[in-house]
Amino acid sequence: MMASGNGQPSSPGTFFEEVIAKTPGGEALRLCLQCGTCGGSCPSGEDMDYTPRHIFAMLAANMKDKVLRSNTPWYCVSCYYCTERCPQEIPITDIMYTLKRMAIAQGLYEDADAPDWSQTFIGMVEQFGRSYELGLATRYHLTHRPLGKIRLGTFALDMLRRDRLALTPSSIRNTSQLRAILDKAKELEGAQ
Amino acid sequence: MMGEKIGVYVCHCGSNIAGKVDVEEVARWAADLTNVEVSRHYEFMCSSLGQELVENDIQEKGLTRVVVAACSPHMHERTFRGACARAGLNPYLFEMANVREHDSWIHDEPVQATNKAKALVSAAVHRVTYHEPLEPMQAKINPATLVVGGGVAGIQAALEIAEAGYPVYLVEREPSIGGHMAQLDKTFPTLDCSACILTPKMFDAGNHPNITLLSYSEVEGVDGYVGNFTVTIRKKARFVNEELCTGCGICTEKCPKRVIDGVFEAGLGYRKAIYRPFPQAVPKYPVIDAESCIYFERGKCKACQMFCPTEAIDFEQEDGIVTVEVGNVILATGYDLFDTRKIPQYGYGRLANVFTSLEFERMVNAAGPTAGSIVLRDGVTTPGSVAIVHCVGSRDKNYHEYCSKICCMYSLKFAHLVHERLPGTEVYNFYIDMRTPGKGYEEFYHRLLEEGTHFIRGRVAEITDAVRRPGEEGKIIVQAEDTLMGAQRRIPVDMVILSPAIQARHDASHVAHLFGISCSHDNWLIEKHPKLDPVATMTDGIFIAGCVQGPKDIPDSVAQGAAAAARVLGLITQGEVELEPVRAIIDEERCSGCRICNNMCPYHAIDFIEDPGVSRVNPALCKGCGTCVAACPSGVVTGAHFSNEQIMAEIEGILVSLDGKEPIPEVEALTA
Amino acid sequence: MRYAYYPGCSLERSAASYHTSAMKVADRLGLVFQEVDDWNCCGATEYFAINLLPAYALVARNLALVPGDLAQMAVPCSACYVNLKKTDKYMGKYPQLAQRVGQSLAAGQLGYRPGGVQVRHLLDIIVNDVGCDAITKGVVKPLTGLRVAPYYGCLIVRPENGFDNPEYPTSMDRLLRALGAKVVDYPLKAQCCGGHMTQISEKVAYELIRRLLHNAAEYDADVIACVCPMCQLNLDAYQGNVNRHFGTDYRIPILYFTQLMALALGLSAADAGLGSEIVSAQPALAKIAVEVPQEEDKKARKRADKRALPMPTMPDEEA
Ligand code: SF4
Ligand code: SF4
Repeated sequence: MMASGNGQPSSPGTFFEEVIAKTPGGEALRLCLQCGTCGGSCPSGEDMDYTPRHIFAMLAANMKDKVLRSNTPWYCVSCYYCTERCPQEIPITDIMYTLKRMAIAQGLYEDADAPDWSQTFIGMVEQFGRSYELGLATRYHLTHRPLGKIRLGTFALDMLRRDRLALTPSSIRNTSQLRAILDKAKELEGAQ
Repeated sequence: MMGEKIGVYVCHCGSNIAGKVDVEEVARWAADLTNVEVSRHYEFMCSSLGQELVENDIQEKGLTRVVVAACSPHMHERTFRGACARAGLNPYLFEMANVREHDSWIHDEPVQATNKAKALVSAAVHRVTYHEPLEPMQAKINPATLVVGGGVAGIQAALEIAEAGYPVYLVEREPSIGGHMAQLDKTFPTLDCSACILTPKMFDAGNHPNITLLSYSEVEGVDGYVGNFTVTIRKKARFVNEELCTGCGICTEKCPKRVIDGVFEAGLGYRKAIYRPFPQAVPKYPVIDAESCIYFERGKCKACQMFCPTEAIDFEQEDGIVTVEVGNVILATGYDLFDTRKIPQYGYGRLANVFTSLEFERMVNAAGPTAGSIVLRDGVTTPGSVAIVHCVGSRDKNYHEYCSKICCMYSLKFAHLVHERLPGTEVYNFYIDMRTPGKGYEEFYHRLLEEGTHFIRGRVAEITDAVRRPGEEGKIIVQAEDTLMGAQRRIPVDMVILSPAIQARHDASHVAHLFGISCSHDNWLIEKHPKLDPVATMTDGIFIAGCVQGPKDIPDSVAQGAAAAARVLGLITQGEVELEPVRAIIDEERCSGCRICNNMCPYHAIDFIEDPGVSRVNPALCKGCGTCVAACPSGVVTGAHFSNEQIMAEIEGILVSLDGKEPIPEVEALTA
Repeated sequence: MRYAYYPGCSLERSAASYHTSAMKVADRLGLVFQEVDDWNCCGATEYFAINLLPAYALVARNLALVPGDLAQMAVPCSACYVNLKKTDKYMGKYPQLAQRVGQSLAAGQLGYRPGGVQVRHLLDIIVNDVGCDAITKGVVKPLTGLRVAPYYGCLIVRPENGFDNPEYPTSMDRLLRALGAKVVDYPLKAQCCGGHMTQISEKVAYELIRRLLHNAAEYDADVIACVCPMCQLNLDAYQGNVNRHFGTDYRIPILYFTQLMALALGLSAADAGLGSEIVSAQPALAKIAVEVPQEEDKKARKRADKRALPMPTMPDEEA
């Protein structure tokens, strides 16, 4: 049996082990010192439900529900400060991605905005092979935020006026090849 | 060789070996090996009962060779050689198979571990067959000792030996002895004045009739072996004649060149081009730093020479080489501080009021650049709030993974000094874990709690002057997660003190190489045994003391200095040591006199004898390294205890097949 | 010097000025950029949040499309740069990942061996392959008097990119100095612009943007130079929203470093892709037409008291 970060035995199949298994280099998570460098460095740390360090303590205690329902992974801005500074070389940003994937897969997120944004974006990319801002933003806001928490108006207008928003998506030529690659990858991932 | 009677003993070492290796099976299997007379297994071979087993068998069964399969020869080779000797068998007719460190401790799979144990035992059995009786050699111990490094550990070691009546050469790289301790103000947890307790010892070391102090000097070469080392030392030119100088200090006063003192004052103060690091320096003679001296740069000035009342300044002085003969060496070369510039997010070098611990030590020192007042970099403003950052470069895989051991305590000391000197000042200590193991240390922590220090459990993320909120203007902001609160905090302060890791000297690996010992991956010198032999090294006659071995505080350094001295005194009083008779021998009959080996020998142990034109090994210098054995084109050099037959037999033994017990055919071809 | 060139989606439209200026500057410096044929989106910071393997496969398709005779790939967008570089690195480090990405690519008749393409940010190539000395020689219209705040953001330096310090990068500082600009050395130059947070929590995003604008303004920056379309978008297009949200009045133009290079190398405003920024660069750029006397650094320390303690020296300090 392996000892987990907080010294408690952690057996295969636990939430903690699952997060480790789903993150390249995730084994380093066992080495967390709970020093708080990550939580101190995080630009959005003040607005997270739990700091990254706190999340790791909860992971070691297998508090799956609370972790996956928290806004923490979604508030990660991928700045990699934590990863760069962590004294135990834990790939923290990658773990945040893993938690996002797990939250989506299990439908366990509270604030729907962030996961929906990611999914809208990806839908676009899978269809055309490229992303285009206007389609993305409008589709996202129409489907998810009809009341528009963000003042998209002036932003879009400014951007359009300077010809910085594409009105039609551009697409790669070989979309079928891309789809074949992504389908295969999804199949392999599902089989894991 | 045939007809030898070999006894094989497989040790359980409690469950250390028997937990992985099937020791009964190994003993049973070994009984069938050629020449094996008796094969046993026993719970603890090193116990007196285990040793008696061997002794009885030698006497009763007439054993002529013994193999013990147990731990490392470093642990118990001497033990079992002793048992053989007591029973009348030459101790060199013994061989040890390491089935613990090389087997049971490093493998998980019992069957394979057992097979490996068999192979190792077989190797030892094959090899021991070819062993020859040898007699140990004796060497006289030169009673003089070399101590390298004049910090508190080195001073302690030198004084202990000198007091016992033996000569010591104390070599120090800097112009004065004293080391880091001389720079400190107070020492934790008792708050003794560092200088007050150190300077008497420095004075004693400088004036002891048995101590030859070689300051401003560095060791350049080491030759020889335990009892008989020859050491070459470079005495750097001081440009001051020590015979004439009275240490009056007029030269320093008159010198027009002022430079930042990056060593003793840790960059916080200035010194002259001709200087004595501090008033109580030992020896009292100044040195001229040729790099900053105006005369050396432009060819004129010589103000010091003009004013020196005894004409002691000598611009023509050159480095001198001193050679000394000693019996033992103690290395006490200390540590360096981690360079905090490597962590740019802590702002050192960019934010004026971020200081290092050593800068702060100099600042609070009454003899330091600010005469003991705690001020900001402008030299006048008193801080209203101070943050002290623990673990800067320690406990961090990006820099040093280890804990530097002393930082928590000196950081607490800093907090106390701020409270004491500047009552009302807010002090914040940022720590990961508070480590206070030591006599009176935890109590000191409690004292700081009483004094109202704010303790924030969280490693500092960054230190910045970028204002985010009102109240931060003009401050430096320390950002960290308060892990006990689970929230990010930004604490605006006037002054930050970084407590950097202590790390091995930048040239530690060079020193290790020079003295023929090894250092760890982070360059600390390695002791012979981490628990039971902490001041000896794998090289006989070379001892280590203080931070050269790893981070430690003053009491531990002093204890190690004294311990190393005790070990040396033990050898000196013995007067002689036994040396392993593992030496090369040249068959002079067959030597062609090509002299190839003469230059190959790293210990210069081979001389060419003009008449009759052959090479000969000086057994006192030979270390038995085997270079000449391999190099000799005529194949006439034999390494005693490492002969070709012995090595080949060992290889043959290790490759024996586990069932048939016959050498694998290819091996036979190889050794044929 | 020839490189494969991966523009990334933003450079097609929202960051077209980056593309235009980069191409013109490359041309002037003798760099040959060959666009990767039929490249696809790198997934930005989103795909890794959905599916791990498809995300790597998506990125790897681009690496696989690089013609065999090109060993290096120039990437102007920091987000694309990190994804491409990380995919290559992780495929090398984690064989199981490499194998399954390989299987996925094979479904599209493609293949990629980790280490096959060296992924490099455009800034790295310009500073380290061309070099500041060569660039200084090409400067015909030095940016004298213009106070430029180099803004690196995150992904060009983190996680460990190897060409600059992840906490306190200086390569763009050197480049801008070579162009004759007055470089504003402000502490937040590698902090986060908020990335995709504008879409998720305006409160968080605007605060991150405000911090950067505030810090640059405190140091009297005329213009912020950036190396990533995401940063440019957040600082430029959301500057108005930030002002409304906090009641501030920042008006700091945000330009790509290549745009400033184009101007210094004597290219036209059109070649520099000027005019598409939301916060007008006009007032700031007016400064380079006139000779402004070198002003004293605002943050320079007051004349030191003679009791003042010496500052520690920095080994790589430049005058
Ligand atoms: S910085 Fe690393 S070691 Fe410290 S709490 Fe965060 S993950 Fe754990
Ligand atoms: S990478 Fe994510 S979790 Fe890490 S510091 Fe940046 S925002 Fe926070």
